[in-house]
Amino acid sequence: MRTYAEITSLAEAVADLVRDGDTVALEGFTHLIPVAAGQEIIRQRKRDLTLVRMTPDIVYDQLIGAGCARKLIFSWGGNPGVGSLHRFRAAVQNGELEIEEHSHAGMANRYVASASGLPFAVLRGYNGTSLPEHTDTIKPIRCPFTGEQLTAVPALDLDVGIIHAQRADRQGNVQLWGQTGVQKEAVLGAKRSIVTVEEIVDELDDRPYSVVLPRWVVTRVCAVPGGAKPSYAQDYYDRDNAAYRAWDAISRDRERFDAWLETL
Amino acid sequence: MTAYESDEMMSVEAARQLRDVTACFVGIGLPSTGANLARRTVNPDLVLVYEAGAIGAKPPRLPLSIGDGMLGETADYVAAVPEIFNYWVQPGRIEVGFLGAAQIDRYANINTTVVGAYDAPKVRLPGAGGAPEIAASCGEVIVIVRQSPRAFVEQVDFITSVGHGDGPGARERLGLRGKGPTKVITDLGILEPDPGTRELVLTHVHPGVSAARARAATGWDLKVAENLQTTDPPTEEELKALRELINA
Repeated sequence: MRTYAEITSLAEAVADLVRDGDTVALEGFTHLIPVAAGQEIIRQRKRDLTLVRMTPDIVYDQLIGAGCARKLIFSWGGNPGVGSLHRFRAAVQNGELEIEEHSHAGMANRYVASASGLPFAVLRGYNGTSLPEHTDTIKPIRCPFTGEQLTAVPALDLDVGIIHAQRADRQGNVQLWGQTGVQKEAVLGAKRSIVTVEEIVDELDDRPYSVVLPRWVVTRVCAVPGGAKPSYAQDYYDRDNAAYRAWDAISRDRERFDAWLETL
Repeated sequence: MTAYESDEMMSVEAARQLRDVTACFVGIGLPSTGANLARRTVNPDLVLVYEAGAIGAKPPRLPLSIGDGMLGETADYVAAVPEIFNYWVQPGRIEVGFLGAAQIDRYANINTTVVGAYDAPKVRLPGAGGAPEIAASCGEVIVIVRQSPRAFVEQVDFITSVGHGDGPGARERLGLRGKGPTKVITDLGILEPDPGTRELVLTHVHPGVSAARARAATGWDLKVAENLQTTDPPTEEELKALRELINA
């Protein structure tokens, strides 16, 4: 069977692929964060989601504040260089959000296990920290060859992986470059995937360090220029640091946040 | 001599620690300031590694975030995030990890997760990020943190990153391969683990700072080295480079 990624609007992709109660990862490590896709999930009032992301960032602050999330699986929840994510922080401090907390190394390995089709990954990590006391997806495991005490973390059971990329072609082959985080794993490790792109082009060109996700592993491609703002898309636009700083005051105050939500 | 702030002294002293280092894993905030200053002063060849993937980043100004575009664009190589942790941090390929802390205890264990109980936090902090494995596996760790009784506590509320655990032999028992924290650089001086007890001891004060002041800014009965030394004040060149970096 010939498989191509289907090219649709973002609204259609979210409506068709994201279901209430799903486990959804929106990835992008500072770079290429799929902000527009997150806001479309808010607009469509998806509920009870288990949200997965290494660095929750302001897009998850928005999803959490809007009431889309039941649970968060993450490894660092702050507004980088600015301070807290106040909707996230309030939800945790008020006990409104279940959390499953890891380190970056643990989360990265969970994505690798998912993309590899394995039930778990092994790393040398977490030993002596308080994380295993609070997170039941961190378990000790002994190396069968050397006897070394290591740590196992399970694959992420992702229903939908969502990323933003610079480009796709008309068959739905996706290309991204620069700092590409765990985006490859977020797509390969999920049952369904949505990739928003800056532009759809006739032919992808050669780029150093570029990651190409071939059309048969991508479910939907949506042209959403500027879809990563206020994060950045290398060779398209820079990170809007002022917007990250400005978010602090909006997120801090529930009423201001609700007013922001109305404008979405 | 130019007047300077205590934070400037801290960043200058942090940078000096990297004089003979090949590669340094850089946390955001104070560690990033120190590491970038080192590249502009004592060690132009220093390889800066950031957890979003940049190896050999040469940012023209201080990044706000760990994955800013200028880090990737100026890097020798950009690795995917699983590769950064699995191929570079885990095998101990990075000589020094430069970390910050919200709380640190007498054994240099670090908390960046939560103040108060985990399930009913007084303050929810961002969490672990890359720090636990950096602290476990980098050759050694240098912590940069402002000294106050709130930050320097008898016992951390949560061990996000292991320093020297509960004392002698703890790192070996846990199978942690790096040496752990070898220095804690503060705005008041330098603390180093005692070779026997592994407890942090005040070994240096910055010019004009008394040992009594450093002890008062510490939440446990901080021991002072018999041979307490005073760090050198920032040179004109160091201050100029630091101010250019911060204002760039």
